[in-house]
Amino acid sequence: MAEVRLQQIRHSYNVDAGEETEYALEKIDQVWEDGGAYALLGPSGCGKSTLLNIVSGLLQPTEGKVFFNNNDVTSTTPDQRNIAQIFQFPVVYDTMTVHDNLAFPLRNRKMGNAEIKERVKTVAEMLDLTASLNQRASGLTADGKQKISLGRGLVRSDVNIMMFDEPLTVIDPHLKWQLRTKLKQLHRQVGFTMVYVTHDQTEALTFADKVAVMFEGEVVQFGTPEELFLSPNHTFVGHFIGSPGMNFLPCELDEGFLVFGGNRIKKSAPITQTETTKKIELGVRPEFIKIDSNGFPVNIIRIDDVGRYRIVKVEHSGYFFNVYVPEEFEVPTENLRVSFDPQNTHIYCDGWLYDKKEPS
Amino acid sequence: MALEFKNLSKKEYNVTFIAPFSLKLKPGIFNTILGPTLSGKTTLLRLMAGLEKPTSGEIWHKEINVTKLPVQQRNVAMVYQQFINYPTMTVFENIASPLRVKKITEKEIKSRVHKVAELLKMSPLLKRRPAELSGGQQQRIALARALTKEAELVLLDEPLANLDYKLREELREELPRLFAETGATVVYTTTEPSEALLLGGYSATLHEGRITQYDPTQSLYKDPNSLVAAKTFSDPPLNTVKVEKNSEGIFLEDGAHWKTSKYTNNPNGNYTLGFRAHHLKLFSTKNDDLKLTGEVLVTEISGSESFVHLKANGNNWVVHTHGIYNFKEEEQIEMYLSLSNCYLFDTEGSRVYDE
Repeated sequence: MAEVRLQQIRHSYNVDAGEETEYALEKIDQVWEDGGAYALLGPSGCGKSTLLNIVSGLLQPTEGKVFFNNNDVTSTTPDQRNIAQIFQFPVVYDTMTVHDNLAFPLRNRKMGNAEIKERVKTVAEMLDLTASLNQRASGLTADGKQKISLGRGLVRSDVNIMMFDEPLTVIDPHLKWQLRTKLKQLHRQVGFTMVYVTHDQTEALTFADKVAVMFEGEVVQFGTPEELFLSPNHTFVGHFIGSPGMNFLPCELDEGFLVFGGNRIKKSAPITQTETTKKIELGVRPEFIKIDSNGFPVNIIRIDDVGRYRIVKVEHSGYFFNVYVPEEFEVPTENLRVSFDPQNTHIYCDGWLYDKKEPS
Repeated sequence: MALEFKNLSKKEYNVTFIAPFSLKLKPGIFNTILGPTLSGKTTLLRLMAGLEKPTSGEIWHKEINVTKLPVQQRNVAMVYQQFINYPTMTVFENIASPLRVKKITEKEIKSRVHKVAELLKMSPLLKRRPAELSGGQQQRIALARALTKEAELVLLDEPLANLDYKLREELREELPRLFAETGATVVYTTTEPSEALLLGGYSATLHEGRITQYDPTQSLYKDPNSLVAAKTFSDPPLNTVKVEKNSEGIFLEDGAHWKTSKYTNNPNGNYTLGFRAHHLKLFSTKNDDLKLTGEVLVTEISGSESFVHLKANGNNWVVHTHGIYNFKEEEQIEMYLSLSNCYLFDTEGSRVYDE
């Protein structure tokens, strides 16, 4: 087990190509505490897999250093780093039994048979694989195979960090729930540092204590699921987290108030001279817009019923935004009025959260 | 009736892949087949397309039996989960390819491709090759091909499964509207209940090769007619519990019960109660709420919502709630469940209604 520290990491795939250097990763500084559960979340091409490969040692960063427990491991090989990695597609030895698959990393390390037996037994119990220990791995379903991949990491006691690269992509929705909660329970039990890479917000947010949201090679926010939801640092985070994401609307500041479409939303700290040249928007999540007879009028464009709630797409002053309406509330078909929750309406300047501290 | 399947089935080596089913698809309607991996979604689409020879049954199109008609002579388009495009051709040529085999003038081809490219926001990319595009754009080419073909039946086999979450969200919103304009009958497969709900139209639940229900998506979700259909259409998984109904009410194993006159016309005995995770509440909101207790297994928090996994009455349940509740493992918590949010199923798994 280890604390992982990434110091000033930059990476480019074309550094020697003679062209202008393009960086797949820019300025990554991260500390992942020993025993923590972390997620790297972002769309394809945001650099999350590059970062993962730098941590595992499959890739040498162009600049910067990687530390495990304050030891510089930047130039060490993957096997020297003692990492367990679980990929999108389960990697199992089809011709071996489940038992032998789990024992494989221990046999490689020349562990005694009695100890191997004991460890495999413990891990099989954790993963509910005891009944199929003598079965061939080829006969298992995708989730069973993925459990083996996981188990091969868990049997080892020398693992510094366990890394998951989109591990649930090929798993059915119903089994996803089981495997995800299993993973969470295991993390509590074994206390390994775990890093989970995904583009799926639900997987990232439910698994991790802290999530690094990545966009175009940068970590735009590193925070708890709650922080990412309540106060996204950047419009990208607001958009990416939440389904649908945060609404961003043009706004003005007038006599100390934030104004949208002529309606005063909340008190606001004045925006400094330098900021006024930038693009100023307000951000409010669909969940924080209420149907309110004292609010301002909107036109209903469309209502999507998702069962548990409805997403009502509305228009005001030529701008469109989504309103979240739980199952137990009615949506009036005419004269719909809404209000924004001032506590949860934020100002963004050129995409970055401006009013980090709420004025009282 | 645009397309009708009569008693269609597929069996091979005595293994039933698709159990006999009959279905009438209305023209211009978006249909979603919802079922887990290996439930037979792809086989079903291939049968519909005519790519697979049925073991029994017939396919009728506009009052004509087309069962034996080769696939080339049917007006069908299919899009797969994997992005399939011609790598050496430009985006334009990829989209135009189904028109090249028809006798259509160059002018007409151009106009159709540009129209569809416009619709899919691909106009600036027409001169590029597929490999230069992102996954979402590549899948848009395949969708564009299906659109230019102006097929009467469009089959989409998990077309968004290989795309990023956010991209999926975007395309999912576009899809029904795109095809609505063409008047095509669309059949779309997915493993995700939320996707079916967002796509609207009609849905069919598929379980082990059997179509268990076909109805407008909203009513299928809110009013499943069997335990299997309810389970297929629930994410998080449907919570279930065995109950006993007697003249006093409905009793759970631990003695908790609703004193109710509901379901009085149904015989006393054993039933299964099913309810969705968001209907199991942490606070009482309704008059007929039953207080239940459970032991927390693990809690997942997604920023604005919590999923509390727990053990209650010998079952694993999930509470899906707004707000953040970080319960400890093994903590005993109270929950509330209203009978009006529950479905009752008989021992065969058929829905029992309060009549």
